[in-house]
Amino acid sequence: MSVGQLNRHRMLGLSDDQVLEMYRFMVQARRFDERAIILQRAGKIPFHVSGIGQEPGQVGMAFALQKGKDYLLPYYRDFAFVLAMGMTVRELMLSIFAKAEDPNSGGRQLSGHFGCKRLNMITGSSPVATQIPHAAGIALAAKMQKKDFVTWVSLGEGATNQGDFHEGCNFAGVHQLPMIICCENNQYAISVPYSRQLGKARVADRAAGYGFPGVRVDGNDALEVYRVVKEARERAARGEGPTLIELMMYRLSPHSTSDDDMLYRTREEVEENRAKDGIPKFRQYLIECGLWDDEKELRLQEEVKQLIQEATQYADKAPAPKPEDTLRHVFAQPVGEA
Amino acid sequence: MAVITYLEAIRSAMEEEMQRDERVFVLGEDVGKGGVLNATKGLRDRFGEQRCLDTPLSESAIAGVAIGAAMYGMRAIAEMQFADFIFPATNQIISEAAKIHYRSNGDWNCPIVVRAPYGAAGAGSLYHSQCPESVFFGTPGLKLVAPSNPYDAKGLLKAAIRDEDPVIYFEHKKCYLSISGEVPEEDFIVPIGKADVKREGTDLTVISYGMTLNYCLQAAQELDREGISAHVLDLRTLSPLDKEAILAAAARTGKVLIVHEDNKTGGVGAEVSAIIAEELLYELDAPIMRLCPPDVPAVGLSPVAEKFYLLDRDKIREAMRNLALY
Repeated sequence: MSVGQLNRHRMLGLSDDQVLEMYRFMVQARRFDERAIILQRAGKIPFHVSGIGQEPGQVGMAFALQKGKDYLLPYYRDFAFVLAMGMTVRELMLSIFAKAEDPNSGGRQLSGHFGCKRLNMITGSSPVATQIPHAAGIALAAKMQKKDFVTWVSLGEGATNQGDFHEGCNFAGVHQLPMIICCENNQYAISVPYSRQLGKARVADRAAGYGFPGVRVDGNDALEVYRVVKEARERAARGEGPTLIELMMYRLSPHSTSDDDMLYRTREEVEENRAKDGIPKFRQYLIECGLWDDEKELRLQEEVKQLIQEATQYADKAPAPKPEDTLRHVFAQPVGEA
Repeated sequence: MAVITYLEAIRSAMEEEMQRDERVFVLGEDVGKGGVLNATKGLRDRFGEQRCLDTPLSESAIAGVAIGAAMYGMRAIAEMQFADFIFPATNQIISEAAKIHYRSNGDWNCPIVVRAPYGAAGAGSLYHSQCPESVFFGTPGLKLVAPSNPYDAKGLLKAAIRDEDPVIYFEHKKCYLSISGEVPEEDFIVPIGKADVKREGTDLTVISYGMTLNYCLQAAQELDREGISAHVLDLRTLSPLDKEAILAAAARTGKVLIVHEDNKTGGVGAEVSAIIAEELLYELDAPIMRLCPPDVPAVGLSPVAEKFYLLDRDKIREAMRNLALY
């Protein structure tokens, strides 16, 4: 590896501390996800939908955005993304345990349905791609109010076939909105492979239909993702409109804890892709930069294990919502109140 | 007080709210030129094209963009050109707008107004005449209003724009120019969730909303000459229903006729009827009756089909007389 490559993150404007932090979030997300699957199998939580294999790209995106300023509309696999944007492992654990204290929904929504006003994170739902027009609406508000934040939204490649993807992108293109649309192309929409979702078409190419740039990037390469999203953010902030970014990834876990992926793909295929996992690759990069070693790795793994353990215990013991809380928050302004 | 049309009431409500609060804006198809039904006439000249925003032909985006902007803190009025075209936006309205506050456990809210020009105005046929309120009725988290006169039209639209929740504002196209009335010059609202007794009476109670409410009042006036006294309740808000007012109006006469232009099966009248049946069995002197168009997909173009399908003063007067004499 050349000296230039060794300093890749610095050339991109990332400090040593920042890349170490990126790595920490990837590991946290991976361990969280693995724990969640075990908890579901043990009958402690009802369900989990995982983002295993997508963490490096997610962390790359998060570091390119401005925390506390930009508006975020993550989709249901973005665990590493939301961790990197400020949600805590404990909060995620409260969410999968469906506990009252869960900031995402107070125990109302399924795993991965993020939302948190404190983090400018818009509440999401299960019908896919509905968040694209919402993102356009927030970006429109930024333009109308002359604010310089950027709206970031993600979705899977299957969701790019929804009308709302088209309607939202078209709207954003027409009004040149400060918005970044990130498609995490993990090759499968539950069981249906990319070839049956888009045929020979590329998600990134769809941007041409809306008159803004589309970029395809290796989603396992956190630094490359960071570079591309940062550029898109700068374009948006300069008033040059939206960018569609397609992150090429692979979903290493089944769709959810209710899915048997061996019904539609082979173990060999999964293993082949596991070899391309971006987390060990990122660790290798840190080692080659002289920023990481076995001892640090051991310490980090121990620290994350501890964090996950504490979060699990906390969430397990945390109170459930009160039964009558079911009736709360139907309206923000109940009839009869001004 | 000035006498203005229902359409002018809607337009002036938007104009005054846009003047009062710079977060208020209108978006929809052709709204810039004033809208195909003239509701937004003059708004672009006064407030600029950003606040009277022409959108692509994309009803789901019109609703979805309004929702996003509202979550940020704007007050979006999303115009569906015709209520018949609201269906592509239904997922945004039912899965998103209605559930945003609930699913986020009160963290986010969605103060949008979806304006839905609905109902038959004559020669509109299947896709420019529908009454889709029953599709949204029974969706907790949504407020549905349907004014019948200019005063309510203006007051309810202002209340809807200021409301913290998603409101579908059903504006009846037949009312636009045919219904005029006195409206105060000064600022006022009509509270959401409150029905209104439009006529006091003792022999039977008629419950309606929108254009048919006006026919009910005309029929009541005619029946008065025959010695039949009708009590007329205007629901004004379809969801949440004003149960107290419904029960009081039903108890007043013990005979209830529910009238609406939306078809009978699964319409708002079914729920109104069930509320009365649950609470007031021993106060009733006759079966609860409903008068609505037949269960066919929508009104046809031919004037003959239209006359057969739609309710009018004569059909309503007949049904009222029959019930009064029961």
